[in-house]
Amino acid sequence: MRRWANELGAPLLGVVALIAIWALVAAVTSTSAIPSPADTWTAVRDGITDGTIPEATLKTLIRLAFSFVVALAIGTALGVVLASFELARRSVRPMIVALQITPFVAWVPLAVIWFGVTERAVVFVAIAGSFPAVTLATLQGIRQVPPLFVRAGRTLGATGWELQRTVVFPAALPSYMVGVQQAWGFAWKALMAGELIVPAAGASGLGHLLDRADGVASILAVVAVIALIGVAVEYLIVGVIDRRIRAKRGLLLETASVP
Amino acid sequence: MSRPAIETSREPSGPGSGPMLSVRNLGIIRARPEGERVTAFEDVTFDVGRGEFACLIGPSGCGKSSTLSVLAGLERPTTGAVLIDGEPVTGPGPDRALLFQEPALFPWLSVRANVELALRLAGVPVAERDERASTWLVRIEVARLADRQPHELSAGTRQRVALARALACEPKVLLGDEPFGALDALARERLQGVVERERVERAGTTTFVFATHNVREAVLLADRVFVMSAAPGRLLAEFRIDATRPRTLEDALVSRVVKEIHDLLIRQVREP
Repeated sequence: MRRWANELGAPLLGVVALIAIWALVAAVTSTSAIPSPADTWTAVRDGITDGTIPEATLKTLIRLAFSFVVALAIGTALGVVLASFELARRSVRPMIVALQITPFVAWVPLAVIWFGVTERAVVFVAIAGSFPAVTLATLQGIRQVPPLFVRAGRTLGATGWELQRTVVFPAALPSYMVGVQQAWGFAWKALMAGELIVPAAGASGLGHLLDRADGVASILAVVAVIALIGVAVEYLIVGVIDRRIRAKRGLLLETASVP
Repeated sequence: MSRPAIETSREPSGPGSGPMLSVRNLGIIRARPEGERVTAFEDVTFDVGRGEFACLIGPSGCGKSSTLSVLAGLERPTTGAVLIDGEPVTGPGPDRALLFQEPALFPWLSVRANVELALRLAGVPVAERDERASTWLVRIEVARLADRQPHELSAGTRQRVALARALACEPKVLLGDEPFGALDALARERLQGVVERERVERAGTTTFVFATHNVREAVLLADRVFVMSAAPGRLLAEFRIDATRPRTLEDALVSRVVKEIHDLLIRQVREP
């Protein structure tokens, strides 16, 4: 209970301070361009009660999950291949780095030409924007496995694929998780950009909702939902998995002292 | 070089007859990135009998670690060969286990899971793994730490778990590449005690070959000590140590041999 209070206290304080300043600015300026926190909350509540926000959230999360899983599959497989073959690594890695640096919005026109103004174009942008991070982290993780572990695994009798499976992949996991964390963030941002820019007919999603919102309060309401989902995935899913992996290996710096 | 296949009358070969471990004219020449060729060690020849405890000792860079890598099958020699129980070594095998200077436990597995993985890789059937792991964890006095992760243990305890992992596979030869080199004096003494006890309990069924740069350790543990020269490493001398066990440094024979080996090594380091 005390731990929760410690961990949540400061972030909550930050949020409360932000809302207070926002309310103050809205009250002082009193223009329709800056709706008050209360107006925004009303827009969120209306969006939830009329079903548009839940529906869009669900559709967007399904799209996110699909793009992220595909990006993980492509990214991991490619990373393993590049780590295994010297020539492949040297010839392909620079291209993956180039893809990683390319802003995902640059894919939108191409995606629309290939897939039309459809949901598939949006998903394509999210996958293209996120798999390079996974590939590079996989490659990095495998290449940085301490030689001692490999030697130990070999003397214990592991060879070939078994050595990869029992020693190399588990040893590479913490570095791999860095890529996973980046990749989900990229997929999320690319998905939002894609949904906002590609107004696929009949499609619903938070980005589409942002595009169709009437009034600043509704826009802010959707932005708040988007931000909240991001924080939730980061802290409650990806962050927790990463911490578990690192804690098990003694890679977390802080060790809680019991008072 | 003898060819056992032909000279069977003089030198019987095959499992169960000749020496447990036979090192013949072993040498490694390494190529530096600039293309220069450097001899790490050369013409190393020795035998270790069944159940014997042998120590390789020499100054840093003399090739004792590389010799152990070859024995473990991790590295291929440039010249010569190694025979284990009459069979040439072509790679790592379950007949040998290697202890490293670092414990080399897998940090993502618990103590017990580390031992069980080794058993799985050694081909021990699933049904036997649990019991065999438990037996060895008790024997090496780490049973109460079975569910801990390696990072929760001290360096000495980690190395004891590594010893349990190695012995659980019941190798014919236990190799050690300065296995106590990174430990503090107390942990080192305790581990030496465990190794000495296992040597006695396994009553000649396990052969030990350890590399060390600690003369006292070598003389306390080994039946035979092979002294190597400074780089490029060659075999300088062999000491057979018949002092009664358990040995102490106060033993007159032990201290005399320690001084002899020590003086020999000092001359190696002083020579240009």
